[in-house]
Amino acid sequence: MAKEAVIPFKGTAQQEAELMSVIAQHKDQDGALIPVLHQAQEIYGYLPIEVQTMIADGLGVPLAEVYGVVTFYTQFSLNPKGEYKIAVCLGTACYVKGSGDILEKFKELTGIDVDGCTPDGKFSLEATRCIGACGLAPVFTINEDVYGRVTADDIPAIFAKYQD
Amino acid sequence: MVNLKINGQDVTVPAGTTVLEAARTAGIDIPTLCYLKDVSQTGSCRMCLVEIKGGRALQAACVYPVAEGLEVYTNTPAVRNARKVVLELILSNHDRKCLTCERNRNCELQTLADELGVTEIHYEGVRNEYDVDQLSPSIVRDNNKCILCRRCVNMCKNIQTVGAIDAIDRGFKTSIGCAFEKSLGEVSCVNCGQCIAVCPVGALREKDATDDVWAALANPDKHVVVQAAPAVRAALGEEFGYEMGTPVTGKMAAALRRLGFDKVFDTDFAADLTIMEEGTELLHRIQNGGVLPMITSCSPGWIKFCEHNFPEMLENLSSCKSPHEMYGAVIKSYYAEKAGIDPKNIFVVSVMPCTAKKYEAQREELGVNGLQDVDSVLTTRELAKMIKEAGIRFTELPDEVFDDPFGEAATGAGVIFGATGGVMEAAIRTVADILDNTSHSEVEYEAVRGLEGIKLASVEAGGKTIRAAVAHGLGNARELLNKVKSGEVEVDFIEIMGCPGGCVNGGGQPIVSSKDRMDKDIRAERAKALYSEDKNLPLRKSHDNPFIKKLYEEYFEEPGSHKAHNLLHTHYVARDKH
Repeated sequence: MAKEAVIPFKGTAQQEAELMSVIAQHKDQDGALIPVLHQAQEIYGYLPIEVQTMIADGLGVPLAEVYGVVTFYTQFSLNPKGEYKIAVCLGTACYVKGSGDILEKFKELTGIDVDGCTPDGKFSLEATRCIGACGLAPVFTINEDVYGRVTADDIPAIFAKYQD
Repeated sequence: MVNLKINGQDVTVPAGTTVLEAARTAGIDIPTLCYLKDVSQTGSCRMCLVEIKGGRALQAACVYPVAEGLEVYTNTPAVRNARKVVLELILSNHDRKCLTCERNRNCELQTLADELGVTEIHYEGVRNEYDVDQLSPSIVRDNNKCILCRRCVNMCKNIQTVGAIDAIDRGFKTSIGCAFEKSLGEVSCVNCGQCIAVCPVGALREKDATDDVWAALANPDKHVVVQAAPAVRAALGEEFGYEMGTPVTGKMAAALRRLGFDKVFDTDFAADLTIMEEGTELLHRIQNGGVLPMITSCSPGWIKFCEHNFPEMLENLSSCKSPHEMYGAVIKSYYAEKAGIDPKNIFVVSVMPCTAKKYEAQREELGVNGLQDVDSVLTTRELAKMIKEAGIRFTELPDEVFDDPFGEAATGAGVIFGATGGVMEAAIRTVADILDNTSHSEVEYEAVRGLEGIKLASVEAGGKTIRAAVAHGLGNARELLNKVKSGEVEVDFIEIMGCPGGCVNGGGQPIVSSKDRMDKDIRAERAKALYSEDKNLPLRKSHDNPFIKKLYEEYFEEPGSHKAHNLLHTHYVARDKH
């Protein structure tokens, strides 16, 4: 039942030193956990178990509490972002135009779930709220590339372009 | 004092009292779920809503402080309706298989549905479904039954300072669990089972061992031996309608015999044995410059807590196995020899007030010659279930005694092991006699009794001062050890029990509802049963137990001998903090 990390942790000594100095700055403050998590996510890009454990030990807070806070706020991420960030809009307009099917297709092609990242670090998948391009519904983006008025059948060909 | 009116009735209570408590003193019940005296007071479940005159909205009585002139109404149409809606919403996402639930007829949610007259649930909708976490050898978590009251979280995090569980995710997806959704069996959970004791519903229970025990009892090739810990007799009666604090020692022995156990032994005997070994170890450490303070090792929840959180203090732990493990080892060696039974065919069952003992019994170092000392551990609750299932009319049983060769000659020292300070007091009774080379007539050491979180005492014996400390509940244990590490507290001997109040309030004891917890202190009531039994026993010191003397004469030679070390002592392992 435990969530296994798909991507091996690649934190550097420099990142760790940065995190330790952040923890030292906040250590004795009330409510230190959230500011430390914010800065930790800036340093590492995400908050894997290794980072959360350092924070728990550093602040003297149970790991379960750290994890509880991380999973409460959508802003905190447990997974790294991929080289290609696929983001499917699930805003109302896109959703009624079938973006749910597009998301399912991407899950099938990448083998990952929403908020996941492929083991090679290449693709990550997000479901976003309205991105303001309703005229193009259904819309998704891969990094800076925007794709609109697509159907689930178009996805394999588009996906193939990023698989070199 | 503050004067207020509840439902038109004048009530006077001390300042700082909540409306909930004030109503209780006035004979008015307000329903609660998330509230638990001394543990959880968050006002989150909204069951205890009341009307306050002049207030804008209904208020949660469990967190609303009384004020002079306050007018409270607990039984208006708006209040009744709001509570019913709240309860129906909780029930709408609840796995309502009450008939087959562990807590059937002993569930605060079920009781409320009955009391509030919920006959229909108007909010059928999506229901969360969860896998049941069964990996821990002690505790099963079934989130399909969880109502997110967080009593377990508050107990684990704030009272025990273990912090193995917390609320994960948010909104409808919120669940209670461990970091990274690991199992309780994979984290720093110490198996104390206090989460089970405070759960209002069936979301937490012990890992059931009754099937294994029934199977052993039905197996003609097995010689099935049972032992019962001191604290069990102080609480088992509650399952059969006895007032809390009524000792049922004789009926318990009779019931165990009628369940079909071949021998019924008393863990008290092993408690006496523990005192002989532990007392000797303490004297040895004091006289030979060994590691001090020495800390007791009877409580397996405490031991695992120490291994995770104070790995640098493992040398301070007494090397003694816990009493029931010692007994298991003696049964499979001395007793097996004496009775002419191959130890492989002996099945040792321990009835314990404790869920951590289930984990302990599986520790591989707690065995000799490839046989575990103890084969199966039942909680007090599981024993009660077996007695009921077997159709034994407990209240009608005669009082019987325990079996030879260890006999009924347990001492008062062994009995008080079940209450906080009891091991310390028992040890002092023996150590003082040995050091002074006499038999002291004064045997009651009040300083180590009672429910203060950390107790300090010193005893003069043999021209020495032995400084002692007692802590119960792991939050208190953590505080005491931090003080020992910083030098603020300097002592020679420490007793630590993992559960608040000691074993009488163990995680395997009968469940006490939040309402009953408002009216009485479980820890004090059950401890009374043990102290009264101690007072009435002819022998009150472990070293006076004639069967203990015989065991040393015939088998172990002397406390701390090579043979004793082989069978009665153990070692510990440092574990990861998380």
